[in-house]
Amino acid sequence: MRSVEEPTAQAVERVFRQEYGRILATLIRVFGDFDVAEDALQEAFIAAVGHWQSAGIPDNAAAWLTTTARNKGVSRLRRERTQSKLRDQVKLELEVPTVMAPDEPDLLRLIFTCCHPALNQEAQVALTLRTVGGLTTAEVARAFLQSEPTVAQRLVRAKNKIRQAHIPYRVPPDHLLPERLASVLAVIYLVFNEGYVATTGDGLIRRGLCTEAIRLGRVLLGLMPDEADVHALLALMLLHDSRRDARMREGELVLLEEQDRSLWDRAAIQEGTALLERSIRLEANRPVGVYQLQAAIAALHAHADSGAATDWSEIADLYTALLRIYDTPVVRLNRAVAVAMADGPDVGLRLIDDVAVQLDGFHPLHAARADLLRRVGRRAEAATAYARAIALCTNVVERRYLTRRLAEVG
Amino acid sequence: MPKYAALIYRVEAEWPEQGSPASRQLYQAWGTFNQDVARAGVMSSGTGLQPSTTATSVRVRDGKTLITDGPFAETREQLGGVLIFDCKDLDEAIMWASKVPDVEHGCIELRPLWDG
Repeated sequence: MRSVEEPTAQAVERVFRQEYGRILATLIRVFGDFDVAEDALQEAFIAAVGHWQSAGIPDNAAAWLTTTARNKGVSRLRRERTQSKLRDQVKLELEVPTVMAPDEPDLLRLIFTCCHPALNQEAQVALTLRTVGGLTTAEVARAFLQSEPTVAQRLVRAKNKIRQAHIPYRVPPDHLLPERLASVLAVIYLVFNEGYVATTGDGLIRRGLCTEAIRLGRVLLGLMPDEADVHALLALMLLHDSRRDARMREGELVLLEEQDRSLWDRAAIQEGTALLERSIRLEANRPVGVYQLQAAIAALHAHADSGAATDWSEIADLYTALLRIYDTPVVRLNRAVAVAMADGPDVGLRLIDDVAVQLDGFHPLHAARADLLRRVGRRAEAATAYARAIALCTNVVERRYLTRRLAEVG
Repeated sequence: MPKYAALIYRVEAEWPEQGSPASRQLYQAWGTFNQDVARAGVMSSGTGLQPSTTATSVRVRDGKTLITDGPFAETREQLGGVLIFDCKDLDEAIMWASKVPDVEHGCIELRPLWDG
């Protein structure tokens, strides 16, 4: 038998997942304060559980929640009106319409405020996931392997800074947009990467974060449909994520070359490729961007029928182009690996040596070097490099893979 | 008459908690001090800064404005001046900070003042 409560609870849960960020964004604009808005929305969701059960789920659940939360927030401010500053705020509140629906531009305001460069990136990430994504503080903490009090304190500090330093609640004007959008995209990509390549711990793929990052990417695309970089970032995430089911086999990491490509998500690859193409068409006169190049590399992998059939020289060229606008030791390492695949391990090894000092503490360098040494038959050196990679690697799954490789050359 | 800026330094973590006896004592001491300097006619202006957790540092390098969370933290530079901006929000303050002539070599730390 189906319980009566279940559909209501499910509906509340569904609306929460879909609408939390949009509703909160509007409430923050109305109240001019994150905490008042968050508390009011939480009360409204609690009210919804009881009310929807007897009265049924309203046609426009988001508007119901926004209006209810607004009323709850106003009564709270009235209760606290002893403070003159709050009295002014209440006066403002009475001018807003009785029935309110969440407003799309508000969500964009919220996203840009959470990712304001005057907040440090850890705070930007936590605040975006908590407010735009609707994750609980405990969920954010778990995803980033941090303690809940640490994350809670980070959120309090970020909201205080927004309030005290008067970080504006707005979409930045055109002249600031490129750099501010870059900081929003960096936050979303960081969330994705944190889920995709867990830096520590047992879970290689913390699925939830990838899904959330892709969802945020889609939300942003809906709000900024003409931005090439927004298309490119979503394309990049979808193309990486298409491999999720093939990256693990019986608890072991499977390298790209050895993955069962029939497990790749064709729909995600198609969507990612279409987004990348649109991204390139959107700003055809603009120099190519970091996300576009990375998505193009991911697309070449996604469309290759096998590791051997991959167009490695094209990938090496794309890394060379990426290096021109984003020169980091890690990009140099990736380029070295691509060149090794295109032109042979010896050339690759020489290129790896160029960044060996800078990336000495970075296990993928030693893993890549070990792999190339193994291919050219320098087994003893390969073993040393695998051992070094294992010592530096904190991911259990990846360590198991490297240990297996070490046994092969040892 | 020569003018002086009196810059107040102390460990923020040691600030007495709001409402505690120590905090009331500090407020009283400030009240007395403010009366004394006013009577003596030495204080032209002055105000408290909000904690360093509300600070934003602005630098301009190669024509690019770099914004970081937190107070100015290097030790090679010395404090060279104090400006008070009336701005509508932090973005406007950052914009003006990025035009301060010294910003291309040094750093401008923006700290909100306590209201009123």
